[in-house]
Amino acid sequence: MNAAAGAPVRIAPAVRSHRLAETLARFRGLAIAAVILIVFGATSIKNPSFAHSTSIQEILTGAALFILLAVGETVVIVTRNVDLSVGSTLGLSAFEVGQLYTHHPHTSVAVALLVGIAIGAACGAVIGLITTVARVPSLVVTLAALYIIRGYVNVIGSGIQIEPSSVPTSFQSIGYSSILGVPWLFVIVIAVALVAAYGMRTFRAGRELYAIGSNPEAAALAGIPVARRVFGAFVISGALAGLGGALFLAEYATVDATGGSGYELLVVAAVVVGGVAIFGGSGNVIGAALGAILLQVINQSLVAVRVSPFWDSAIAGALLLAAIAFDRLLSTRATRAMRAKGGATYVE
Amino acid sequence: MSSEMATAPAGGGGGGSASATHPRFSGRSLQRWELALVVVLAGTLVFGAAESPVFLTTPTIFYTGLNIGLIAIMALPLTMIVVTGEIDLSVAAMLGLSCTVFGYAFGHGIDVYLAMLIALAVGVVGGALNGFLITRLGLPSIAVTIGTLTMFRGIAEVILGQNEVTGFPNSLLVVAPIGGTQMAWTFAIFLVLAVIYGVILHWSPIGRSIYAIGLNKETAFFSGIRVTRIKFCLYVISGAICAMVGVLYALQNNAARYDAGTGLELNVVAVVLFGGVSIFGGRGTIIGVVLSVLVVGCFDEVLTLINVSQEEQNIVFGVLLLISVLVPNGADGYHRLRRRLQRGRTGVAAPTAAPP
Amino acid sequence: MPQRADGAPDAEDASHAVDAGRGPDPARPGAAPVLAVEHAQKSFGAVQALVDGSIELYAGEAHGLVGENGAGKSTLVKVLAGVHLPEGGRMLIGGQETVLRNPAASLDAGIAVIYQEPTLFPDLSVAENIFMGRQPRRSLRRIDRASMERQVRAVLDRLGVRLDPWRATRGLSIADQQIIEIAKALTLEARVIVMDEPTAALSAAEVARLFRVIEALRQDGAAILFISHRLDEVFASCQRITVMRDGRWVLTSLAGDLTPDDLVRAMVGRDLVEREAGAAAELGEPVLRVERLTREGTFVDVSFEVRAGEIVALAGLVGAGRSEVARAIFGVDRYDAGSVTIGGRPLKRGSPTAAMEAGIGLVPEDRRQHGLVMDESLERNIALASLYRLARHGLIPAHASRLFAADWAQRLQIKYGRLTDPVLNLSGGNQQKVVLAKWLSRKPTVLIVDEPTRGIDVGTKAEVHRLLVALAGDGVAVLMISSELPEVLRLADRILVLREGRLVAELAHDEATEEAVIGAAAGLVSAVPA
Repeated sequence: MNAAAGAPVRIAPAVRSHRLAETLARFRGLAIAAVILIVFGATSIKNPSFAHSTSIQEILTGAALFILLAVGETVVIVTRNVDLSVGSTLGLSAFEVGQLYTHHPHTSVAVALLVGIAIGAACGAVIGLITTVARVPSLVVTLAALYIIRGYVNVIGSGIQIEPSSVPTSFQSIGYSSILGVPWLFVIVIAVALVAAYGMRTFRAGRELYAIGSNPEAAALAGIPVARRVFGAFVISGALAGLGGALFLAEYATVDATGGSGYELLVVAAVVVGGVAIFGGSGNVIGAALGAILLQVINQSLVAVRVSPFWDSAIAGALLLAAIAFDRLLSTRATRAMRAKGGATYVE
Repeated sequence: MSSEMATAPAGGGGGGSASATHPRFSGRSLQRWELALVVVLAGTLVFGAAESPVFLTTPTIFYTGLNIGLIAIMALPLTMIVVTGEIDLSVAAMLGLSCTVFGYAFGHGIDVYLAMLIALAVGVVGGALNGFLITRLGLPSIAVTIGTLTMFRGIAEVILGQNEVTGFPNSLLVVAPIGGTQMAWTFAIFLVLAVIYGVILHWSPIGRSIYAIGLNKETAFFSGIRVTRIKFCLYVISGAICAMVGVLYALQNNAARYDAGTGLELNVVAVVLFGGVSIFGGRGTIIGVVLSVLVVGCFDEVLTLINVSQEEQNIVFGVLLLISVLVPNGADGYHRLRRRLQRGRTGVAAPTAAPP
Repeated sequence: MPQRADGAPDAEDASHAVDAGRGPDPARPGAAPVLAVEHAQKSFGAVQALVDGSIELYAGEAHGLVGENGAGKSTLVKVLAGVHLPEGGRMLIGGQETVLRNPAASLDAGIAVIYQEPTLFPDLSVAENIFMGRQPRRSLRRIDRASMERQVRAVLDRLGVRLDPWRATRGLSIADQQIIEIAKALTLEARVIVMDEPTAALSAAEVARLFRVIEALRQDGAAILFISHRLDEVFASCQRITVMRDGRWVLTSLAGDLTPDDLVRAMVGRDLVEREAGAAAELGEPVLRVERLTREGTFVDVSFEVRAGEIVALAGLVGAGRSEVARAIFGVDRYDAGSVTIGGRPLKRGSPTAAMEAGIGLVPEDRRQHGLVMDESLERNIALASLYRLARHGLIPAHASRLFAADWAQRLQIKYGRLTDPVLNLSGGNQQKVVLAKWLSRKPTVLIVDEPTRGIDVGTKAEVHRLLVALAGDGVAVLMISSELPEVLRLADRILVLREGRLVAELAHDEATEEAVIGAAAGLVSAVPA
């Protein structure tokens, strides 16, 4: 069948404008990587000891937890939701795993990690349930969860501090040992990020997450099980935060009720800086990871250059604002470009 | 001819999972909410009186007002912003920043009144920054105010570090009740502002414009309403008022620290939403917010009297926040559930999807 | 088969009972319908949207579905799409009784619905849009992009369209978005394709292309359900036509057995008297003067004027820039060069407030998105443009607002329950009247109306026409944008034709013909009458 017989040919330039969007996305990742290198380089010039392998290791270790949280946050934000509870979940998990070790010192590393993941996943599940079944906006649910979970941890943990002595070396070693010079913590986290990135790209469920964020009504009409997917996204975010809590314990070995406080805002900043649209539908995990690394590099650079680390938050905030402003600029330019260059060529 | 794809909801919601449209409220159901709040208030008072003999005494009234006053004042401009469909998460951070600036200026010998003006100016600038990014650049308010929240806290931290400024002039310390009454100064300010806000929101053209913007900002614009200007002003006013609250905080506690008000944004948002203001915009009343302030304030006070810790109180605030959004959505969900069950029961023929 | 006349005791209907299609299309005798809906019912709260919804679709036919707003067409479509579950009646797909519990079930059953507003994912590519949820997979359930690209290119070839499969769909024209929806339907191997008002936003060339596509789909054996207000298109492309009214099936017939009058009568249930525009009344001074208005890439060097008491129509193909010019005049959009003068005084650009103060009103093209606040009450919508005028000492007294709205609702004969009812509940025609009331209550000197009768029923359409003529009679300068030529030819004193952003022709009422207007709009050198 040829439906076009008889149509006058309309010549419209068939521009490969998909390249535009993909290039922008890749460009974003490269841009961040470039900025990371620039900041690193500039700091090293000012303070040559910065370029040492130990400080690089510190950066990677310091960024590790944020990368993990950023991965989970990306999965949620892509669906046009947000999870502000990740810091509290991390704190809860860290504390509980610490308690686990205090009362059962012979728990294996694997079990400890699983417990952390389970706790986080449970929190994510409850949040996911409320968000999808009761149709409550995730901003509100996770804001409430942030305080409820944090409050709960404060209540059960008041006065208690997990001591390094309770945590077995086997577990703690995750925090400080490295393989081929790269900290284990970082390796684990990057592995998770790569798996997540692959999953979001090559599996239907992953693509459906993007669809949900891009146009929720169309997603429902296309037969996508929206509630199930969003629920899953929150479970993943929670599970990763839970894993982060266990790793937190491994890294710091001393935890009180305030572990993870304030992380959520930095994670959102990292994710947005990394190119994930706050309204969902676009962006990827790798970009978010790079964003987290960038924030960490800045953090360490400030210390290395002897600027008060108090500037940390201010800069993170400013970066977040700059990132979303830049994104908006890019997207309006891109939309205008795509519109102007036209779409279909009609074949005779 | 191109069309704009499905437009995203305004930043305030932060994204619902399935639908971004307003739940179908009728005018009636909102009055229902206020009535419910009155009932809850009565219940809280009864509960409080039962739990603590001190509850209904005059000092308690004073302390309740004192403690809820700052949050209550911040809730008013936030209400307007939420009704337009946006959000401002930077309110408490502005409190902290202005408190810091006030303390820093005063601590460096600047006249206290001038220091207040400087702090207010900071609030105006901060609010204008929010307003500019959100209205002129069209950036989502949730992301922007998370950014400014982080930035304000950061700047406050840089200015004051771990220091604390005290020694404010005694005459200005608003800790004591207003002479002859049991009312705290902050609560009195709240009441006055509430009346002003109430009149503006419910009877003035600006108020109607604000509701229209929240429900459909395109139509509002097409009807000659200056959407950008109004939203911008709301953010500037919010900044200014939160700055004033920061000054009040310093005077109330006779201490200015960089982390003043940390975490209070939750409380303010909770109070607003609990007052029946829809997170999606376009719905809500000042009466509701006032009632919410009363309920939350009393409830908070009861908890303090029976020795519930601050952290535990945060749990309560979190739960309140959830309830305030669950209930309207819950009614919706309950009906949907009923319909689904009914479908199952009347069993309209076997559910076979015939192959094409 | 519900091939019986409407059972309602309606005298007029009985006398006009058209042969209600006694059996399947003669071209395909004996075949069973691909899809049949029998006596479906659906209500939303107190509103009974579907009382007796019935339709039958056969393979290879294009079947038109017509009816006024509120007739139940959209609800029927949503039932087919699996969005609403009917409360009564039954559905048979391929002869088997089926219940469609959700959109996924509907897709599985081979039904594809193309809505008026395409529902695509702007951030995702063309290929992903077509295959979302059903992407071809290779080992380990991973998405097979190569296969996806191949299939997308194949289906786009079938449609005679070349589009980059990997470009994001953001920014594509509505016509292109529709093509993607159709491609989606093809890859679904849908047996039933429902098109809801598909031509509303298309240019004539794109409409022609769509008809060719429909024809091709028919040849392939799909059943097409074509819903439209444009009766000429329905007659041109459909074999059979079904009419609905007030939520009920009224009749089904071969297109050839019906005249347009029969159709309108069945839709409305009464005879319509069409009114001609009044004779050219006393025309006043030019009130609106537009000079060399230009916006980069949208319209260029547009100059015209409208006198008091005149109705000037802006005609042209979709995308010619008419609405853009209107919006630029009103200040909703900006322009790059040129000027607008009202009553001799220059009008500030980019400011709706200034335009309103100068006495201009704009009834926008999209009343749901730009004209009304759907969740707000009738009263508040009518008062929305007059907030400051109603205010006394800075506040709006409640009774003043109510009286104001009630007065104007009455003048325009808006049918409503209570002033506090949300306009969402009103029919399309009444909604449009609310928008008109909002602007007329400002007593404008210039009224710009953009597609004033789009998507409203035949009866209200006539009322709106009468209103516009009366306005002109009162001395208002009316600038009307419309894609409906009969409307334009009937009402306008002068017709300005825009093509690709430029003013290419000006026709007075007496010399204007459809051919002349279309000819100028499409750029044909000589408008040769057929």
